[in-house]
Amino acid sequence: MMRIEEKLFQNRYRVDAGRAHIEITDGDICAVQCKEKPCTFCCPAGCYAEDNGGRVTLITDGCLECGTCRVICGEHRNVRWEYPRGGYGILFKFG
Amino acid sequence: MSEHFDAIVVGAGPAGNSAAYTLARAGLKVLQIERGEYSGSKNVQGAILYSDALERIIPDFREDAPLERHVIEQRMWVLDDESYIGGTYRSADFSKPPYNRYTIIRSQFDRWFSKKVRDAGALVVCETTVLDLHMDGHRVVGVRTDRENGSVYADIVILADGVNSLLARKAGFHGELKPKDVALAVKEIHFLPEQTIEDRFNVKGTEGVVIEMAGKITQGMVGTGFLYTNKESVTIGVGCLLSDFKKSKIAPYVLLERMKAHPAIRPLLEAGEMKEYTAHLIPEGGYNAIPAVYGDGWLMVGDAGMFVNAVHREGSNLAMTTGRLAAETIIDLKARGKPMTARNLAAYRKALDESFVMKDMKKYKNVPSVMDKNRQFFTDYPHLVSHAAHTLLTVDGMDKKTKERAIRQEFTRTRSRFGLFADAFKLWRAFE
Repeated sequence: MMRIEEKLFQNRYRVDAGRAHIEITDGDICAVQCKEKPCTFCCPAGCYAEDNGGRVTLITDGCLECGTCRVICGEHRNVRWEYPRGGYGILFKFG
Repeated sequence: MSEHFDAIVVGAGPAGNSAAYTLARAGLKVLQIERGEYSGSKNVQGAILYSDALERIIPDFREDAPLERHVIEQRMWVLDDESYIGGTYRSADFSKPPYNRYTIIRSQFDRWFSKKVRDAGALVVCETTVLDLHMDGHRVVGVRTDRENGSVYADIVILADGVNSLLARKAGFHGELKPKDVALAVKEIHFLPEQTIEDRFNVKGTEGVVIEMAGKITQGMVGTGFLYTNKESVTIGVGCLLSDFKKSKIAPYVLLERMKAHPAIRPLLEAGEMKEYTAHLIPEGGYNAIPAVYGDGWLMVGDAGMFVNAVHREGSNLAMTTGRLAAETIIDLKARGKPMTARNLAAYRKALDESFVMKDMKKYKNVPSVMDKNRQFFTDYPHLVSHAAHTLLTVDGMDKKTKERAIRQEFTRTRSRFGLFADAFKLWRAFE
């Protein structure tokens, strides 16, 4: 089974270093209030992970800009989600 | 960028391009803003192009549009764990020009469409993200972009910013999308030699095949899979309701990997080279999920307005049609010297209602909830139908009458007599 990292490796990105277009607003909400943490298994790029302390970490480099995390976090509204600056982010070769 | 435009179009997918092209052709001063490095670089689709919708905008598109294969054969597969049962429609008629539908690669196709928009006279600005709408009271008067001094103004703003449509949500026009109203689809493109595709799918030249799939591949979730043939590649993908992904806890890429390993699918991809992995939300809430699509100084087209016919896997044609109808509404108002008020723009909604767009959306308005409440269509039935075929087609000395009884019993044991009848009725009501 192909791992998600191998899939994303085929894609082309222009990463806007130091300017993540998605941020977790309040890490405590994920750790304390959100039991399911659906972002950690729904994100198609595997950008979200739960660490040993039950906190959610987010690395947006592989983001496919689909909006899944924005919609799935509807209950807690805990992601600040913007599109990357013009020209940055995923650059689909085929789409 | 402080000049005034007749219209600003946000986004350069099929809806935005159709709107911008139609407006520019009519001589309006149009600005189109796209956040990708070029039009198409942020866009994802299966992708099938339905000729009719585009013909009504660019009648001679076949002369230079980058098209992959024209579809001559459609397969519908219902998959069990190790098997599938299905139907195929193939006709030589589909190989007589003008062709009815094509597979396309969106980054190439959208780039072509964008050139048409430019040639028609619109100003297309890429690598620019629109951050907010400028309001004057309730009226949209322009947009704020991430460029320096990046505010621009127009009589009307067309929101063609896709399924997420952050702009409509930030402006308070719409509430947030619900996980049950969007499908999350993931897709890969696998490259294969042209000859291999021709041999494997029994086609020649630019003929192509599409396979739509349902059943066990979605592991009980409401969703479908697909496989489309391009010239030198095949795209394979699967999409399910986001609310179901949340419940099942199956990662989308794991679902795709399992689907690719299905014994009916794996041989079709063999030796292919995977060159891109993409994901996209598809608005599948249907008619009941369509939000307000116009207001003072703004109109909404394409995915942003939830214009997708999930039953027939149609979206880009609805996008193009809504883009065209929005543009025609504006052109008409402009010609009559009318302001772009909500009251006047109601003509857009009327045009939608009279077109196939709303008629089809209305026809299937109950399908999403029927599918949501009746999981047996994605779990029990694929297994029952496939097992019935297996029983009938295995020659083992058992007489046919006994086999038929065994099949009947399995159906009634799983769904009960009343359940079978109710299921048939539900399907009929949902699709009538």
